[in-house]
Amino acid sequence: MAAVTTAATRVRQKKRKGTRSREARAAYGFIGIWIVGFLVFTLGPMIASLVLSFTDYNAISSPHNVGWANYRQMFSDPKVGKALANTLVYAVIYVPAAMVVALALAMVLNRVGRASGFFRTVFYLPVMTPPVAAGALFLLLLNGNQGLLNRTLHLVGINGPNWTTDTAWVKPGLALTMLWGVGGMVVIYLAALRQVPKDLYEAASLDGAGAWMRFRKITLPMISGALFFTLIVQTISALQMFDQAYTMFFGGQQNSTYSNDAALFYVIYLFQQGFGFLHMGYASALAWLLFIVIMIITAIQVRVSRRFVYYEGERD
Amino acid sequence: MAASPAGLTATPAAEGPATRKARTAPPGAGRRDRPPVWKRAPYLVVLGLASVLFTYPFLWLISASFKPRTDVFDNALIPHHWRFANFADVWHYGNMVNWLINSAVVGVAAATTVTISSAVVAFGFAYFRFPGRNILFGLVLATMMLPQAVTMIPVYLIWNKVGLTGTQVPLWAQNIFGSAFYIFLLRQFFLSLPRELFEAARVDGCSFFGLFWRIALPLARPALAIVFIFEIQASWNDLLKPLIYLQNTSLFTMPRGLKSIIDTFGNGGEHHWEIISAASLIATIPMIVIFAFAQRHIIEGIATTGRKG
Repeated sequence: MAAVTTAATRVRQKKRKGTRSREARAAYGFIGIWIVGFLVFTLGPMIASLVLSFTDYNAISSPHNVGWANYRQMFSDPKVGKALANTLVYAVIYVPAAMVVALALAMVLNRVGRASGFFRTVFYLPVMTPPVAAGALFLLLLNGNQGLLNRTLHLVGINGPNWTTDTAWVKPGLALTMLWGVGGMVVIYLAALRQVPKDLYEAASLDGAGAWMRFRKITLPMISGALFFTLIVQTISALQMFDQAYTMFFGGQQNSTYSNDAALFYVIYLFQQGFGFLHMGYASALAWLLFIVIMIITAIQVRVSRRFVYYEGERD
Repeated sequence: MAASPAGLTATPAAEGPATRKARTAPPGAGRRDRPPVWKRAPYLVVLGLASVLFTYPFLWLISASFKPRTDVFDNALIPHHWRFANFADVWHYGNMVNWLINSAVVGVAAATTVTISSAVVAFGFAYFRFPGRNILFGLVLATMMLPQAVTMIPVYLIWNKVGLTGTQVPLWAQNIFGSAFYIFLLRQFFLSLPRELFEAARVDGCSFFGLFWRIALPLARPALAIVFIFEIQASWNDLLKPLIYLQNTSLFTMPRGLKSIIDTFGNGGEHHWEIISAASLIATIPMIVIFAFAQRHIIEGIATTGRKG
């Protein structure tokens, strides 16, 4: 009897093993295309970029080794510190503001039933505006003297700052510009909120949980996946701010306006170095510093978030 | 973990094969039980006010693009003097038609390729258990963290080597290999699908590709639509790549062309903000048109998630 059982188990195990290797082959069939792209357009270029960061290269004559010179130059280049500080300040203003605003809007949307479709459209419309167009538009709206924002603030007795020229206000101004496009996050949060089973709230209400308690104990955990996703993505993209800032303050004939340095974001400086001055070695070194900064910040976020994120149906 | 397929039964359904399977759904749940109007009124007021904030800049832009130069900053919503010639000026200055076509072609190429490839890869990561999965998916996440700046220069050198700088190919061709953001997003979606669905199909003899093609993809339609739209938009919006790769103005995409208009007529130039407004409006309208169609698709898609197909 016992022998029969073990034999049967062995057969079952063998079968499972066969299934598994077949599954593995199929899996690699699905993800293979990504692996190719990763090698050609990510890993290869990363190595090349690392190598280039130790060279002096202008894309015309062949690169020659300069050792750590680029990295040393980076730490004595005041513009690097300035660009890094600008970028971090902006991210710290924008990301939390965007998450709070988007979640608030999504939660209100989730309360109005069918009308939410209309409002969601309205909130999403600005997201459809190309950053270059939005940059141009907000350059006008935020104009210190004549812009709509300051004119409106004036009506309620507030003297608005020079959003586009006052170095202290350029980054909040840019954050406002970007907040106009918060509708994308609203859509993501609203979709997540709708996935939350209603009976959870009903059960919690029966147990006497108040609105705040339901928000803390049901809503937040149930949409934590979406919150986590947006936090990571928004932070990474904020640290790479380029389009709007470049549109508003750089390029063309306005080679150096007064507020330039306040809007000198890291990727803008990198772009200037790499493709403006063709300092491709130095730009590569700059890129690696940015990478390290982003990795550290993301690692902290992942570590902190891990305890709060909850997925339905994950198998591991 | 709760065994019930919450993603499917949570949203009340009217009809559809998946629902018929989900017998836990209460009968007659077709109509959402909504709170009365007076309870929703405060929320509607909040949303109304927020809508004004979100819409006004856009209305301002439309208005400004019909104003003469001196009136741009008068902040009147209806122009005192209409100047339709702004659009003629824009048309005259820029290669607008060219730029619109270029952006459309690049956008469709970019979005189609990235949606298909990312869905395939995402399903591979979501469904299968295989050696190296966690490491490889870790790599996907890692590339998401990887700033474009790191690979920007060597990738430029690759395209330079094969003689494609100065063409539009580098603006979309990388999408053939999927994009980490979308792989992550779609994998999240696939993971939220109840596993029982796939196991039942396997028992019925469905192939792995069939699981993807017949079950996962139809259910993922709203997510795929979102990816497609996101990428159309990302492509339409992209300024950095056209700045790097395109010199010939006739090849410019819309944002690159618009930037050249801003540079010519803006701060450094002649302060023709009405022309810049008109050009910005032209650059935006195609996105609004696409959105008008796609929005309906998204609403339908999300409202019927897990119930169609």
